[in-house]
Amino acid sequence: MAAAAGSSTLAPVAPPPLPTAADKLPLDKLKVAQGLKLEVYAAGVPNARTLRLGDKGTVFVSSRVQDKVHALVTKDGKREMKVVASGLHRPNGIALHKGTLYIAELSQISKIDNIEDNLDNPPKPTVILADLPKDEPHGWKYLTVGPDEKLYFQVGAPCNICLPSDRHGRIYRVGIDGKGLEVYAYGIRQIVGMDWHPTLKQLYFSENARDWLSEDIPEDKLNRVTQPGKDHFGYPYCHQGNFTDPELGWGRSCEEFTKPVALVGPHSAALGIKFYTGDGLGNEYRNVLFMARHGSWNRSVKIGGDVVTIRLNDDGTFKSMEPFITGFIQNNNYVGRPVDILPMPDGALLVSDDFNGAVYRVSRK
Amino acid sequence: MKPARRRLAVLILLCGWAPLAWAQSITERLAPCYSCHGDQGQSFNPDTPSLGAQPSPYLLIQLYMFREKLRNVELMNAAVKGFTDDDLRAFADTLAKLPPPPAATGPADPARLDRGRTLVQQHRCNICHLPDLAGRDNVPRIAGQREDFLVKTMREYKANIRPGYDASMGDVMQPVTDADILDLAYFAARQP
Repeated sequence: MAAAAGSSTLAPVAPPPLPTAADKLPLDKLKVAQGLKLEVYAAGVPNARTLRLGDKGTVFVSSRVQDKVHALVTKDGKREMKVVASGLHRPNGIALHKGTLYIAELSQISKIDNIEDNLDNPPKPTVILADLPKDEPHGWKYLTVGPDEKLYFQVGAPCNICLPSDRHGRIYRVGIDGKGLEVYAYGIRQIVGMDWHPTLKQLYFSENARDWLSEDIPEDKLNRVTQPGKDHFGYPYCHQGNFTDPELGWGRSCEEFTKPVALVGPHSAALGIKFYTGDGLGNEYRNVLFMARHGSWNRSVKIGGDVVTIRLNDDGTFKSMEPFITGFIQNNNYVGRPVDILPMPDGALLVSDDFNGAVYRVSRK
Repeated sequence: MKPARRRLAVLILLCGWAPLAWAQSITERLAPCYSCHGDQGQSFNPDTPSLGAQPSPYLLIQLYMFREKLRNVELMNAAVKGFTDDDLRAFADTLAKLPPPPAATGPADPARLDRGRTLVQQHRCNICHLPDLAGRDNVPRIAGQREDFLVKTMREYKANIRPGYDASMGDVMQPVTDADILDLAYFAARQP
């Protein structure tokens, strides 16, 4: 359905600041793959973004447009929410490693040791890496810990399309102590999802492509790093692996750059990705990559607004992509927007929704 | 009243009134807002925005940010201190129903209006804020807004001083020069 002329739908969609009440969540609109059910894990989690699991079962939830990181604790079958850090600036990136919570804000990374033993009275985060660029556009970060026990994060391009400085548009890695910062990959625009392939141990990440080029080009990407410190993913010269930028791409060729693993839709806003190594959802989901597509704004007819399963070949190349949870877009409007995915020890899958401030749980019927 | 003295008076009003909030109607509780933002949200106060006909979701976001100190303006942080979520919703909904501010009047420079109109297209203000610049949802009305407030706000976005709720305006403002900011504000303030 095309949007009527004069009633443009092309504007960034801001998440409402106040979470949706549990009984008003769009559960009846969300459809999940056959044999599975979707229920509310937690409501009232403002701007729920990145999901992480502690060793003792605490679920940590970050936010992007608010200043807090929350912890969800299950006690006597009930969910309790606690604030573990506040007064932060765009604390989108969080990671857990050996009991320590790492928080990536706009321009610094900090940590809280033994977080799960201090949920009621957590100390203030200690900064381990400061003075990252302070640009607001694409300044929020995704944070993950690699198999080498180092922290990985990106500094996005500070614009829609521009020639970024030599500090921007890169994936970095740094020691868990905040020392030894180095470039891990080049040529990225913005990333809000990274995970490690369970057997190949390569970094896979979703990347959001530029706006205002056209409704249908370029597509967002699923990428992987095969040559650490060397891979360049094309931004701002080449988009979607085969399309040179109309302004900055002259004199460049897409053959110079690392090809995407898969194209996942124009403006679809591919965010959280997670390899699923459990079996609680059924054998057909073992080793699939789940991807949350937050959904488009820079497109008249919205796309994305779903969670998809991506299947890869043994060598890590793309095999197929299928819908897993659909229904976040109703009549070209959002009733929710999925952000991140967290497989739980019991095999269930948690999915965050920053539009409603909620976390859902998907499990077998 | 001088701005500084008026602000002090408003603060005293706010502080004195807070304990009685439960007994007051929304109309009564809005009265102190008007001493800075003008009767019916039509501001005649330098650097202070008109609030009339702003979209309710935009107002709710700003009120929420003031309460949570995600946006720091001392007077506004004090004004909404202790507000419940329902208070924020009620204020946003009521202010949104006030009439839009009148366009700036007086002789206008046609050349500046032309430049402003072109810049609005070039930077796609008309896409998000809509062709009549009336705003919608989380995007504010800029038509008829105070010119000085528009200039101040655009400069703050460009200089990373006002991060905004999300980062959209920081991105949009990067290529806009200060001369263009003046023309954009001149044009928007004169739209009905």
